[in-house]
Amino acid sequence: MRTDQEARPSPETLLRVAQAEEAEYGRGKLKIFLGYAAGVGKTYAMLEAARQRKGDGRDVVAGYVESHGRPETDLLLEGLEVIPQARIDYLGVLLPEMDIDAVLARRPHIALVDELAHTNAPGSRHEKRWQDVEELLGAGIDVYTTVNIQHFESLNDVVAQITGVVVRETVPDRLLDLAVEIRLVDIPPEDLLQRLHEGKIYIPEKAALATEKFFKPGNLMALRELSLRRAASRVDDQMRAYMESRSIAGPWPVAERLLVCVSGSPFSERLIRTTRRLADEMKAAWHTVYIETPGGSRYTRENRARVWRDLRLAESLGAQVATLSSTSVAEALIDYAVKNNVTKIVVGKPTKPRWREFLRQPLVDQIIRHSGPIDVHVVSIAGEGERTVPKGAPRPVDWSEYLKSLLLVLFTSLVCEPARWYLAPTNLVMIFLLAVVLAAVRLGRRPAVLTATLSVLAFDFFFVPPRFTFAVTDAEYFITFGALFTVGIVISSLVSQSRERAEAIRDREVQTASLYHLSRDLAVASDLKGILDALLKNITESHDAQIAVLLPEKERLELKRGSDGLVLDLKELAVADWAFRNRRPAGRGTETLISAALLYLPIQSSGAALGVLGVRLGNEADYTSQLSRRLLEAFATQAALAIERVHLGKQAEQAQILQARESLERALLNSISHDLRTPLVSITGALGALRDKGSPLEQEAREDLLDAAWEDAGRLNRFVGNLLDMTRLESGALRLKLIPCDVQDLLGCALAALEPQLGKRSIEVTVPSGLPLVRMDMVLMAQVVVNLLDNAVKYTPRQSSIELAARLADGTLILEVCDRGRGIPENDLKRVFDKFYRVPVPEGAGGTGLGLSICRGIVEAHGGSIRAENREGGGLRMIVELPVPESEREEAYRVQYEE
Amino acid sequence: MSSMKNNAGLPRLLMVDDEVTILRFLRSVLDTGEFSLYQADNGHGALAAAAAVRPDIILLDLGLPDMEGVEVIRRIREWSKVPIIVLSVRDGEENKVGALDAGADDYLIKPFGVAELQARIRVSLRRSLQQAPEPVYRCSGLEVDLAQRRVLVRGEEVQFTPTEYELLRLLVSHAGKVLTHGQILRQIWGTAHADQQNVLRVNIRNLRQKIEEDASRPRHIVTELGVGYRLKSD
Repeated sequence: MRTDQEARPSPETLLRVAQAEEAEYGRGKLKIFLGYAAGVGKTYAMLEAARQRKGDGRDVVAGYVESHGRPETDLLLEGLEVIPQARIDYLGVLLPEMDIDAVLARRPHIALVDELAHTNAPGSRHEKRWQDVEELLGAGIDVYTTVNIQHFESLNDVVAQITGVVVRETVPDRLLDLAVEIRLVDIPPEDLLQRLHEGKIYIPEKAALATEKFFKPGNLMALRELSLRRAASRVDDQMRAYMESRSIAGPWPVAERLLVCVSGSPFSERLIRTTRRLADEMKAAWHTVYIETPGGSRYTRENRARVWRDLRLAESLGAQVATLSSTSVAEALIDYAVKNNVTKIVVGKPTKPRWREFLRQPLVDQIIRHSGPIDVHVVSIAGEGERTVPKGAPRPVDWSEYLKSLLLVLFTSLVCEPARWYLAPTNLVMIFLLAVVLAAVRLGRRPAVLTATLSVLAFDFFFVPPRFTFAVTDAEYFITFGALFTVGIVISSLVSQSRERAEAIRDREVQTASLYHLSRDLAVASDLKGILDALLKNITESHDAQIAVLLPEKERLELKRGSDGLVLDLKELAVADWAFRNRRPAGRGTETLISAALLYLPIQSSGAALGVLGVRLGNEADYTSQLSRRLLEAFATQAALAIERVHLGKQAEQAQILQARESLERALLNSISHDLRTPLVSITGALGALRDKGSPLEQEAREDLLDAAWEDAGRLNRFVGNLLDMTRLESGALRLKLIPCDVQDLLGCALAALEPQLGKRSIEVTVPSGLPLVRMDMVLMAQVVVNLLDNAVKYTPRQSSIELAARLADGTLILEVCDRGRGIPENDLKRVFDKFYRVPVPEGAGGTGLGLSICRGIVEAHGGSIRAENREGGGLRMIVELPVPESEREEAYRVQYEE
Repeated sequence: MSSMKNNAGLPRLLMVDDEVTILRFLRSVLDTGEFSLYQADNGHGALAAAAAVRPDIILLDLGLPDMEGVEVIRRIREWSKVPIIVLSVRDGEENKVGALDAGADDYLIKPFGVAELQARIRVSLRRSLQQAPEPVYRCSGLEVDLAQRRVLVRGEEVQFTPTEYELLRLLVSHAGKVLTHGQILRQIWGTAHADQQNVLRVNIRNLRQKIEEDASRPRHIVTELGVGYRLKSD
């Protein structure tokens, strides 16, 4: 039973719709005028539509329109603004191309770009015009364009089959998907041929050639059907998308997923196109994988380049692309298929001779054996297209290896010659077997096979009776030969396999190690400079490369770090800029701006581009190597993470500083308002009461009021003094005037300053008589002692005693102020020196919370330290320690006893 | 410049400050009939008043709108020995030393107590009205007979080194007045020793040990932090 619940679009669907809409937002819209051959009137239709839009008040310009000299087309072009074409100098010929920068700068609503499949002149920004169009769309400009059906990549080989003409200029199918609207421009083939004969399409000579080669009625009909079908399937797609987004139930096929594996074989391309077509028909998503095997590392450079091209092709046809590493292609393929819910695996029919199947099970069989519930489509690929891709050049043969294996067999025979008197022939075979093993280990697979063959022959010739002939009398020896040969082959292939594996592992290890080194270096890099240094060092080491790191600075990319001797001219910077803005690789080894000297990879994390990594590789082949590109991309990702980390760290630090400052300011404001206002309250209150002539205050009460006001005025004054001191200390305006001081005098001054507060309290001062003069800023140090004493007075009972002591120990002057109050809780002992920290006391004695922090500031400015500790038997001991240099002490003594 | 009361015979007191509230406060606490009061609110006014009124004592603020107080002191000192008491909010020692070295007799930091101000005024006036220093100085247990070079501490004669005695004599002859380190050093050891502060400190300490009851809480020789010393007089 169907419920409302089920009728709703699934969350995934909605998300997909939302993402698509989001991606569309801000992007230009593409309208394609699709035809099936030249001359159907695409350009004409496009211009007509453009004029209409212009009539509607839209800003339309012609970015590039090819009229082929047709008068009716020229007529339509009149009145439209045409962007002047750029002229690209190629081998002395000036080729006209669309001036994409001019169009971007002009920023029209709609740009007309004819001939979507056009290949740009070498030296243009992009290889293909459709890439220009993508950039225009990316910049938010709507584009009207024209294209013929045969230019679409997935139809490329079908068209070639129908017409016998291979179309070289292709457009990825996703542009068709990208288009918001496809306008099919269609006329019957008879009319088209009529127009061709009238010379309306090509000049007569060319027209004759075209009729012969391409404009055959059969071709045209087939092409027409293709284009109508494509347009219809597009309409079908839109309808389905519409129904799906609005949850209209329909006969959806179960979500199919196709998987195709490419190997770098010349047939891979055909396999990819076939899969794409299948996927289209089934409305299925499709994946393309390349599986690196240890043996694959031996493949030629051409082969690798082909794999790379195939994967790019698959990507441009809309496949999800992956590169895997495994020893077994079949296993890896099945594994990937299972993980990605693939329903069908597409494989090509085997092309190898049947006898080889005895040696090695064909891939198709392996896949079918392991595929389980997954369907396997075997498609025929061999034999049909004649477009053979040149085979990879054979590996250069090292003849010396074979010579060595020959010598090895000869040597073995010589060794066996005397031994045959003592050993049975079957044991002599063992010696030959040793030679085969040696060859497998030392010389490689083929020489080992040769060694095995030669060994059989040599054994037969020299040691099997009758000797010195290949004739064999005892048929049992055939078993020996067979065993020797088989064991030789098996051992050599095993050894070579394990060697290849080891090589592959070593490659991997090198990669992993270089990634590990980079991430380790990045982990310890605390700033941007460290990160860039680490990046430079590691890439230079792992790739024998020169690198440049460009980071945005005020909206522009700037070279932040580059290898020595690497200079980027304006053109290179422009390529880097393109990679940064479009967040796609550009430059050498890519499809975009390939004439650049460096490969530029965007450094991006979570979608935002943070910069660009430019690389000039030492080895040309590395530009197209999967391995090296992947490693470089991994490097860029690591760098992005590190850079982002530094950014975030900086932000967090600033936030923390800001927060600390804010809380301090708050404390300061609180303290100031409290400490300034409180005394003012009693002062103004007292003054107010005294001013009031009619107040019935007794003389005694008046005096009380006056005393309170007087005390608070003093307090206010002290607080302001403290604030000023603190400000001076913090602003760095404090300069110590170090002069030799009498410590007893210092204590005396402090006591004198506090005379009124001390009252009748007993103060015990202990200063040893021989204490030398100590160099210090006496005014400030007196302030320290005053503050400490003041605290002692304030926080202890009136009758309790206070002790002041000074002594010299180990080159340190120690000043102590001790009281018999209640002390301070242990965990507050350190914090009392913090600014605005007040030990909570029940009576709420009015401290400013500044006195002790001023003390600490002054003592530390002297290079000393201050601390508080609770005394045994109750009370607090404040200890100030000032360093006294040796020379100074001597000097002081000298002066002292001179008199 | 203005004069409040023109009582001939009374000591003439000139107050210089640019703050109206301070002038008003000074006026109200000093208008006790002991002085005839004059006031000025800038440096040039102060100089003109000093020349016209010939005051017996001047109370001077350092932060005047038209010229620095120290400059005012210097100009007055060019022709007059009138006692000058500086009243200032500037509590930096270099300000005090600067003013005292320029010739000021005393330095009081705002805010100050009225009693303190009156005492300082009295001391300065007495000293300036004195023609010659009294031959015998007496103050709470300390008796210094300059004519006979005899010092009694709580009735007992005490012996001094020549330097100590010179120092004591200097302090006694300026009793009540702050002497800066520089002034003392120049007077006793000569200009060459003007920065030998440690010698001065050691001698002061020795002196205190001989004349003070408790050297840790001196009653006679008071240290003016960062400025100099003063012999207390009652």
